[in-house]
Amino acid sequence: MAKSKLPWLVPATITGALIPFASLAWRASQQRLGPNPIATALNQIGLLSLIFLCASLSCTPLKLLLDWNWPLRVRRTLGLCAFFSALLHFLVYLILDQGLQVRVVLSDVLQRPFIALGFAALCLLLPLALTSTKRALSRLGFRRWQALHRLAYAIGILGVLHFYLRVKADHTQPIVYGLVLALGFALRGIAKLKKSRALRARESLRGARPESA
Amino acid sequence: MRKLPLPPASSEITSPELYARRREFLKSGALFVASSATLGAGLTALSSMGSADPPETPPPVPKAPSGAVPWRVDKRGQFASNEAQTSYRDITTYNNYYELGLSKSEPASLGFRIKTRPWTVRVTGELERERTLDIDTLIQWFGLEERIYRMRCVEAWSMVIPWLGVPLSDLLKRLAPTSRAKYVRFTTLLDPEQLPNQDSGVLSWPYVEGLRIDEAMNPLAFLALGLYGAPLPGQNGAPLRLVVPWKYGFKGGKSLVEIRFQEQEPKTTWNRAAPDEYGFYANVNPALDHPRWSQASERRIGELSRRKTLPFNGYAEQVADLYRGMNLARYF
Repeated sequence: MAKSKLPWLVPATITGALIPFASLAWRASQQRLGPNPIATALNQIGLLSLIFLCASLSCTPLKLLLDWNWPLRVRRTLGLCAFFSALLHFLVYLILDQGLQVRVVLSDVLQRPFIALGFAALCLLLPLALTSTKRALSRLGFRRWQALHRLAYAIGILGVLHFYLRVKADHTQPIVYGLVLALGFALRGIAKLKKSRALRARESLRGARPESA
Repeated sequence: MRKLPLPPASSEITSPELYARRREFLKSGALFVASSATLGAGLTALSSMGSADPPETPPPVPKAPSGAVPWRVDKRGQFASNEAQTSYRDITTYNNYYELGLSKSEPASLGFRIKTRPWTVRVTGELERERTLDIDTLIQWFGLEERIYRMRCVEAWSMVIPWLGVPLSDLLKRLAPTSRAKYVRFTTLLDPEQLPNQDSGVLSWPYVEGLRIDEAMNPLAFLALGLYGAPLPGQNGAPLRLVVPWKYGFKGGKSLVEIRFQEQEPKTTWNRAAPDEYGFYANVNPALDHPRWSQASERRIGELSRRKTLPFNGYAEQVADLYRGMNLARYF
């Protein structure tokens, strides 16, 4: 039993997730983020958020595909990483990039589709982060909690679109992240289909039994 | 007499369970270190894709060619600005030259692949006599002039660059275009050996840019051969590039091999790739946003806060007349 507990898994995920931020901070302090350091930080943190989001959304498909249990144990951690990176991404944009010009940011959010999509994703991440505790789960009840947390799918799509619409000419990266999400959705769909088919088969078997008896 | 050390208190003795778990503890510790390091390295690599750090050592400054033509600054040009000039390092490591790579830092590491000497430019189309010009001839004809220009990229960053080159209008006058020459088209080198990313289909190659003939004849329009007193490095468009300081930077075609006079408006590369985002004119206009981002302000490379973008990049006095009566929102 002690073996399946993997006590290092969640701490290692958190530590690993902090490393790119530490690296970014270190390179910033050494003036090694290039001639436009704010743009570099903004882009890298945004991309990190999307990576965490895709990773978190890939946990269930991994479990379905390979029957591993451990991905499910880091799903919440990865989701929270996505939220905190998205928040930091927004704060870098608001404070460092736009110099806290709230009016400019507001008009950006309202007028520019790619910024609106990113902002929507951040807003939707907030309730998920707030209800990520076991207490929130038991307070909401599993059904309602699960319905709420299905928002993660929409957030993933919003994140990929936000990235896709920002890129100037080479869409390879956003397409790759989009494919990762699509693959996950497909695996979920197949698993659901199989399950409902098995259920129906069992029911029809049960229905048939009295007659044949 | 020395006292013997006291035996350890019974509370300090490792419990048998803990002793047994030591191996497991070490194993967990090793797994923790290995997996967090792997995850951290993977995340760092993935998130810095496409925005690689600039090279540790700045790229070398190209040497002045030793040939028949002396490489020297003959004139300190007009339109000098007293703004602080962007550092040589920033100008040569933060480049949009997609043929040399899509990130800002890649062109600096691949710029050396462009073989800049000998280099000729074909002059074709509506002019008295089509010809092939050696760039040394160009320097012989006009000498080298320094022009310190602001450069505003369509991505909302800017630089101040001390170019070295020849006024485009001087060259065009000498080439004597006919009255049918309404536009000038500028074509970049097409050679995947020297411009390796031309193997990718991210834009249609060769890169083509263009100007209306009266824009090309404006005293501000410039052909640059150098930067900070030395020949252009590859990543900045060596050996010859267009500089049109009142327009967004992408109008400045690099590593030019052909100048063509023609009657029709040239089909320019970015305009063909995304016609609703990049117009033929591409004049710097803070009032007219790019469909995806605002053009009202810009970040000057080397500064942290933003500054307001000026109409025609601050050159309205010299060029606003070219567009009198034109709807700038339509002809953007």
